[in-house]
Amino acid sequence: MNNLLLIAYLDLKESLRAHWFMIYSLVFGGLIALFFIAGITESQVMGFSGLSRLLLMYIQVTVIILPIFILITTVRSISGDRDSHILEYMLSFPISLKQYYWGKVLGRFITVFLPVFMAMVIAVVYGVFQGADVPWSIFFLYTGLLFSMSSAFLGIAFFISSTVKSSEMALGISFFVWIVLLAFIDIALISLMLQNRMSEGLIIAIALLNPMEVFRVAAISLFDPELTVMGPVAFYILDLFSQGVFVVLSILYPIFVGVLFAVAGYRVFRKKDLV
Amino acid sequence: MIRLNNVSKTFGTTCSLDHVTIAFNQGDAVALMGANGAGKTTLIRLILGYYHPSSGSVRIDGRDPIKERTEILKQVSFVPQLPPPIKLNVGELIAYVCRSAQVTEAAIYQYADEMRLDIAPNRGKSFFKLSGGMKQKLLIAISLAKQSAIMIYDEPTANLDPQARDDFYRLLQHNEQNKLALFVTHRIEEVKTIVNRKIYLDLGKVVSDETC
Ligand SMILES: Nc1ncnc2c1ncn2[C@@H]1O[C@H](COP(=O)(O)OP(=O)(O)OP(=O)(O)O)[C@@H](O)[C@H]1O
Ligand SMILES: [Mg+2]
Repeated sequence: MNNLLLIAYLDLKESLRAHWFMIYSLVFGGLIALFFIAGITESQVMGFSGLSRLLLMYIQVTVIILPIFILITTVRSISGDRDSHILEYMLSFPISLKQYYWGKVLGRFITVFLPVFMAMVIAVVYGVFQGADVPWSIFFLYTGLLFSMSSAFLGIAFFISSTVKSSEMALGISFFVWIVLLAFIDIALISLMLQNRMSEGLIIAIALLNPMEVFRVAAISLFDPELTVMGPVAFYILDLFSQGVFVVLSILYPIFVGVLFAVAGYRVFRKKDLV
Repeated sequence: MIRLNNVSKTFGTTCSLDHVTIAFNQGDAVALMGANGAGKTTLIRLILGYYHPSSGSVRIDGRDPIKERTEILKQVSFVPQLPPPIKLNVGELIAYVCRSAQVTEAAIYQYADEMRLDIAPNRGKSFFKLSGGMKQKLLIAISLAKQSAIMIYDEPTANLDPQARDDFYRLLQHNEQNKLALFVTHRIEEVKTIVNRKIYLDLGKVVSDETC
């Protein structure tokens, strides 16, 4: 077996045994169960119903909690191993730093992506048994979004993990990054918009650099643009881009962000003292 | 084999290693001594390529341990000062070692046996749940099974009972011929019989280096 795959495989096995992974899977599986119990699929609100509505709610909650879950569980993977001297021992074997780092990235990606994806698959399967129609285009879009969301935040988490010296620090920075992307940027931009000092287009462009904003808009991009649930940003964007272009961008851009951070993290990991 | 040329390593304002020049050759069995904080572990980490020296150079067979880490580490065995809390289970750890370093499982079992550690009933246990001494025995067995030209032990006997210490030193005596062995230790009487060179470090400098 290639060393990279070996590292990924061992990391995967380690994660599957960890408590955080159980909680992680329970949260997303539980979310779906809760939606069914609450009868979300039956309700007719604002023009969309059934599984589309359930999936939309699922993705909207996921956009908020998945990033923080990924950040806090992943950010300690390298910095934690460094703190506890595990890295010192494991790296005394002839494994290249490239194989070690990217093996960890691959292992973690599978662990964070599979549960959120499987929860959605279970929802669709269960929905079919209840006689609902499957909104395939939404299902595929959300699969893409979950994939790119996982990549983006995994990349950021690995960057933090290899840059920061201690895992305590890494944890603090994760919370900071999450809250900034979740709320602070929006609040700042809204106040700018109110002051009327910048053009609307520029403000929206800045908002869209934030992958979390991209996900929010992309999640509703397949629904009727006339819907009132859409905020002004989403309305503006979907007016500006064609739907197809925006969907493709909303998947590719966060993946790009994730890869960029992961590569930067790798460079730092290679350049700095290892332990 | 190992050559440190004018090597310094500083962390912030503390200077852990201060312009050290030293060479270790094949056949050397070195006791590396010195007070706590003298720089012993720092020296070892430089040899293993974990630290970038602040100045000077480290060469192993003429090669840079950072740039050519995989080539260098193929011939190095290392047991750390404290066994780390590895979360893999014993079987997985052994698989990791065997696959990454071309060691056979049979060899690890054989040396574990000689260290009076029975691996079979512990295979499924997490490594960190083993007792302190068992962890150390396993890491020692792995280091011997690797059959490396360079063996580095950072106080490996701290958790071992007297019987296990004897086993360890006996095994080393059989295995150190034509190799280079570095022992960090605070108890010179213990290693007296297996070393042929003693080096004292203090405040990051080599204060004595005698052959015996
Ligand atoms: N990663 C690090 N960051 C900051 N300072 C460090 C680091 N590693 C070592 N030091 C400092 O360098 C000095 C030498 O440490 P080192 O671990 O090499 O000592 P040692 O000889 O192994 O001691 P001991 O016998 O206690 O194991 C100490 O003052 C220590 O505080
Ligand atoms: Mg030490």
